[in-house]
Amino acid sequence: MTQQYESLSMQEESNTLKRTSLFQSHVSIGAQMLPFAGWEMPIQYSGILAEAKAVRFAAGIFDVSHMGRVEITGRDAAKFIDRLVTGDVLKMVVGRARYTIICNEAGGIIDDTIVYRLDEERFLMVPNASNADEVLAWLNHWKDTWGSQIELNVITEETALIALQGPLAKEILQPICSVDMSDVRPFRCVQGQISGVTAIICRTGYTGEDGFEIVIPSESAALIWKSFMDGGAIPCGLGARDVLRLEAGLLLHGSDMDSSVTPLEVGLERYVNWGQGEFMGLPALQESKSIGLSKALVGFRLVERGVPRHGYHIVNEHEAIGTVTSGTYSPTLDMGIGLGYVSLEFSTLGTRIAIDIRGRLAEAEVTAIPFYSRKR
Amino acid sequence: MYPLDRRYSRDHEWAKDENDGTFLIGITDYAQEHLGDIVFLELPRVGASLNQMEKLGEVESVKSVSDIFSPISGEIVEVNQIVVDSPEIVNEDPYDQGWLVRVNPSQPAEIDDLMTAADYESFLESLG
Repeated sequence: MTQQYESLSMQEESNTLKRTSLFQSHVSIGAQMLPFAGWEMPIQYSGILAEAKAVRFAAGIFDVSHMGRVEITGRDAAKFIDRLVTGDVLKMVVGRARYTIICNEAGGIIDDTIVYRLDEERFLMVPNASNADEVLAWLNHWKDTWGSQIELNVITEETALIALQGPLAKEILQPICSVDMSDVRPFRCVQGQISGVTAIICRTGYTGEDGFEIVIPSESAALIWKSFMDGGAIPCGLGARDVLRLEAGLLLHGSDMDSSVTPLEVGLERYVNWGQGEFMGLPALQESKSIGLSKALVGFRLVERGVPRHGYHIVNEHEAIGTVTSGTYSPTLDMGIGLGYVSLEFSTLGTRIAIDIRGRLAEAEVTAIPFYSRKR
Repeated sequence: MYPLDRRYSRDHEWAKDENDGTFLIGITDYAQEHLGDIVFLELPRVGASLNQMEKLGEVESVKSVSDIFSPISGEIVEVNQIVVDSPEIVNEDPYDQGWLVRVNPSQPAEIDDLMTAADYESFLESLG
């Protein structure tokens, strides 16, 4: 048996890896740890399929403390963020969360992120782990260039970020939480206490299920983690997280998009605020829209057995027409699913394509994303 | 901890003499643990001939795809349809119900090229 391909393990120097404040909690319950974006992270505990199932049908918890956390405070905070992301930040009321995109001048995607408005002049931005440094440098650059009256405060080290996800998430959180969660709808955030610990509680996630993402002080992370486990939540690793996000049609920066593509090409135009106002990359995006697209990111499902994976070729009649950016076996749908770029003529729903799985052509079909939507 | 009634390859396959002229082939507990949840197995057809260390098939888990190599030369005389239909059995029981193929060996002495259970355990320890 020789491993040919592993989707989540990256070749990295293991002696320089950072550890989250939950490292001991993971190791003590037998997690498999692997390098990911410079961090030593749990890839799985009981098994990816069992963990993914727990999130779809009950509840799971994820340590996502490797993701960036930047507090942006000050008089110009709203205006500053609004100029740097594709969405409208000025209209966000306190307690709102918004998924949005950070573009460069050319409209290329530096990162996608969620912005939380904690107070009139206080925001939390959560960039991807692998982009946290680049995003911070970008924020600092424009703060200095514009002379914005803001402060940037990185709280990644002093806090932990735990995602509690699944249909039973609210039932597990509510008994130990000081805030009535019925008042905190999806894409809202609130400050409160969990097991007596001060927390920022956000009704957001990356799994396609109801759930929460919770920022707490590092020193209390193990206590809160245990409280959720005692409540019945199953510890889940990055392996299950990748399966769940892909089923839910959620893109991963670094795999499905990067600074060489625009929000239009990756199908995220609905997060671009074409209305009044000006933001970084808008002129380039307007020009791109007027010219039209040449390629697009599409979802596909295999109609025969097989697992598509990052880097495989997408083929039409033996001619490569694109590349798979993300792929997995979907346990919820019991089939191979994936995302990839194809030239525009092959992007229509229902188009028959094939995936070159190590020399074997597996038939596939361009499909609407998300692949899976929870019942509401 | 590793069954004594069979031999092991450096690629984490095992071969077991069934004492009826055939050998069973499978992957080790270390292999299934390392792969994680197995979702598909690609195995040869009955009648196919393989040389020792030639590619026998593929095993797809959620997180990876790996080649499986034949620990001995011979002709495939049976494919375990149970694991083709329910690949998770290889995770649950890699040594009994989770065997992959039955081989009619062309050179049975090749089994001596493979490691004993004790040697295989030492080999695993050397992998760290």
